[in-house]
Amino acid sequence: MSDFVIPLFIALIAAAGLIKRVDIFGEFIEGARENLKAAFEILPALIALMTAIGMFKASGAADIIAFALSPLTELLGFPKECIPLAIIRPVSGSGALAVYESILREVSPDSFPGRVASVIIGSTETTFYTVAVYYGITKVKKTRHAIASSLTADFTGFILSALTVRLFLG
Amino acid sequence: MMKWIFAAMLLIAVVMGAGTGRMPQVCQSALNSCVDAVELFMYLLGGMCMWGGLMRIAEKSGISDVIAKLFRPVLKRLFKGLDPNGRAFGAICMNITANLLGLGNAATPLGLEAMKRLEQEEKPGEVTSRNMVMFVVLNTASITIIPATAASLRLKHGSAAPMEILPCVLVTSACALAAGLASAAALDGLWRGKDGK
Repeated sequence: MSDFVIPLFIALIAAAGLIKRVDIFGEFIEGARENLKAAFEILPALIALMTAIGMFKASGAADIIAFALSPLTELLGFPKECIPLAIIRPVSGSGALAVYESILREVSPDSFPGRVASVIIGSTETTFYTVAVYYGITKVKKTRHAIASSLTADFTGFILSALTVRLFLG
Repeated sequence: MMKWIFAAMLLIAVVMGAGTGRMPQVCQSALNSCVDAVELFMYLLGGMCMWGGLMRIAEKSGISDVIAKLFRPVLKRLFKGLDPNGRAFGAICMNITANLLGLGNAATPLGLEAMKRLEQEEKPGEVTSRNMVMFVVLNTASITIIPATAASLRLKHGSAAPMEILPCVLVTSACALAAGLASAAALDGLWRGKDGK
């Protein structure tokens, strides 16, 4: 079933483009070029953060944090391998990517923690960055409950990621 | 903020590494992680370009307009008191469509445009308006339909079914968004009570 979704989705977009007489090849190239530039934008941050995260994990510090938080996460049914990811996800997008990569090196992407980490990456955003950038363009100084509500969404996402993986992929 | 996190991780790594005798591993990571970063980048590059290209076709084919129309009734309820024919509302619709299609590059400028227009229309001064919080929460919760980044990395690490996470991602995103918006609405009520407005 899931093998059909993506190819059909792609074919649908191509068909819609043809019907609307869009130059689908030219537009594809243009869109791909835009993202190529965006990808190069994140490379320096990715190198910086993967170095820091790599050293941090190699020193055993990440294990200590995971161990300290394990009573809480066990209660919520959240895999301990994903704790560093949940911590960095609201703060840094490239950091989250780097941690996600390091998780997939340790466990299989089809294992429980591997799947939960994938759902977290797919379903949450870089909260602090978004709040800072969006309000940064306005004159607003007091953001009231914007951070609290955004973090509520993130936290719900973390718990639900473990729950949905259990329910749907058991 | 990032400079403190960066510094803390490096310093803790060295102190912990020295303390636990894992300095060889720390040294190895310091030298190898940059290569891993480039490898990760190479892997993401293809997927990012492929989806960027497809989503641009979708945008040019008018799929964005269809999505914007679909979400209009829901958004009218979410953004109370905002003129549905105003410029802010239009920018919000476009931003949400770009987010759904996974067009991160397009979504951010549209989102900033929407924030500027919200400020012009609602004149909140230095304290944020209710609709601004709603809009920011909407953008901090991920509402992308296709988890392309996760799928690329799952494939890289030998997943048998990289897209099997799709239903989990959709349900989790929807619930997280609902929780964020519900808490924004509830906390807004609290703030109003406090300010006596």
